[in-house]
Amino acid sequence: MIPLTWEIASRGLTEAGRILVMLAVGVAVIEALAYLILHKWLKLKNALPFMLMLPAFIAVVALVIYPFLFNLQLAFSNMSMYRFKEFSVGLSYGIQNFLDVFRAPVLQNVTFAQLLLRTVVWTAVNVFFHVLGGLFLAILLNRPLRGKAIYRTLLTIPWAIPQVIAALAWKNEFHYQYGFINVLLQKLGFAPVQWLSDPKWAFVAVIIVNIWLGIPFMMVIILGGLQSISPDYYDAAQIDGASGFQQFRAITMPLLKPVLTPAIILGVVWTFNNFNVIYLITKGGPMEGTDILVTSLYKAVFEFYRYGFGAAYSTVILIILLIFTWIYLKVTKGMGEVADA
Amino acid sequence: MKKESSRIHSFFRSGKGDSPAKKLLIHLILIMASVIAVYPFLRVVAISLRPGSQLLSTDLSLIPSNATLENYRTLIFEKDFTIWLWNSLVVSLTTVIVGIVLSASAAYAFSRWDFPGRKQGLVFLLTTQMLPPSMLLLPIYVMVVRLQLFNTYTGMILAHSVGAVPFSIWLLKGYYDTIPRELEEAAFVDGASRLEAFYKIIIPLSTPALGVCGLFSFMTSWSEFMMARVMLQKADLFTWPLGFQKLLDQFTTQWGVFSAASVLVAVPAMLLFMYSSKWLISGLTLGGVKE
Repeated sequence: MIPLTWEIASRGLTEAGRILVMLAVGVAVIEALAYLILHKWLKLKNALPFMLMLPAFIAVVALVIYPFLFNLQLAFSNMSMYRFKEFSVGLSYGIQNFLDVFRAPVLQNVTFAQLLLRTVVWTAVNVFFHVLGGLFLAILLNRPLRGKAIYRTLLTIPWAIPQVIAALAWKNEFHYQYGFINVLLQKLGFAPVQWLSDPKWAFVAVIIVNIWLGIPFMMVIILGGLQSISPDYYDAAQIDGASGFQQFRAITMPLLKPVLTPAIILGVVWTFNNFNVIYLITKGGPMEGTDILVTSLYKAVFEFYRYGFGAAYSTVILIILLIFTWIYLKVTKGMGEVADA
Repeated sequence: MKKESSRIHSFFRSGKGDSPAKKLLIHLILIMASVIAVYPFLRVVAISLRPGSQLLSTDLSLIPSNATLENYRTLIFEKDFTIWLWNSLVVSLTTVIVGIVLSASAAYAFSRWDFPGRKQGLVFLLTTQMLPPSMLLLPIYVMVVRLQLFNTYTGMILAHSVGAVPFSIWLLKGYYDTIPRELEEAAFVDGASRLEAFYKIIIPLSTPALGVCGLFSFMTSWSEFMMARVMLQKADLFTWPLGFQKLLDQFTTQWGVFSAASVLVAVPAMLLFMYSSKWLISGLTLGGVKE
């Protein structure tokens, strides 16, 4: 055990203090320079807003744009564990890295096509059940009901628990002998399931956990959307004799769309990028059977030390994500136009 | 006529017309859903109270017989738990301060001026939130190693600021937009400069928003796992998510201790989340509606 001594505590404080002093000095120097150049020298009309933004702008360039471009450069390099410091950059390396993504296993056995398919299944199944579960619970909670606030609070708990804790706790509960799932299954007279040692069941397990984690977010967002729909629409529909389901299709769904579209995009992006749940529960195993794109990216880089390849691979993943979002936006917009017409 | 319309009352709005049987059914469904939502965490609490001799059992009761705080004692006095919490605290608090200092003024510029590149800037900020975190992991890692910041708090804080700065700008801009411009204009009439108006009117009015923004950056950084896994390899620098994962690597013996640790970290985190979630939701949607 390492005790929390004054020495360790002060090391943390010193380092934090140093960062904050550097931040203050950095901001002061940047602002002074910007004042001289933009205001005194160039006499810009918009000098003040640019000065207000400059420190954040420099931070974003250093922390997001530069790493992004650096990643592209690495994609065209032969960087690996043995060439960490002295790697060379060239078009031929880049072509090879990008081709490797598609022609050879990304890890030991699993290929890009398998991972892509699995990621699509993972994302689609999760988001589908998030929206379905969230919609169902939100509709129930939107009715006058005793104890609504209590239900709402209890149902939000999976979202409130830190994801790392939830994932690790679930991992224990999938234990063959002592996890509550198998214990319950046996009490109900079913055979226990080899959750974490059979790739198929392991994939089911991580999906169950992620569905459990994601429903509250959709529920809360949809509930907010439902509450903003004016009751007048339903009154009018009733006068016209619309059934419950007709009202749902003609009023609730279209009026939920402005809330639902961004929520689904967020949900897709978060699920697609979810590393914690799979890595913490199965580490992508057994036999790479639960790896999705992002976990295999992590493993290719930090377990197989294929840096150049990993950079190229991450670029491919980003492009897939962008296409995904773009198609979704197109489709939903197209559907909106159909509905309007 | 009137009677009839209330009988076929809309399913989606009101339960006034619900028969008692229907009401009961709805309660039953909601109770079942609540149990599914809460049970896994109650299990964690139950396991944390188990004495070492009963750690591995198929017992499902929520308060085990011979409940004991032994696991909590082991956790605090024999594991690196306090170190993990301290490390997480240093990293996330510093990340929050860096994020707020950089974003408070930038968000004001985005909210009040229409300078060239404003729209593109906002779209860019939103796009950064979509970037797979795993994508920037490698370049940030290489940068941190080259700057000799591997295995330091500084490297960790840099890595966490990647997400915190754009997120804070976006959130604060949405809040500034809701402050009426008339307040500043009144100050200009009294001879205040633009900058004075920002420091004397906007910042004091925004303290709650700055607090909420800080809270969210804090919660994100506090529970972050992937970056920490890559940036920290010395046990005395581990943040709690990393420590917890290592704790569980020796699964069978540490289940109770892990559960105790989870309770101690999750309960405050859950309370904070419950307290702040309504702002998070309006913050997420506010920016979207405005732009």
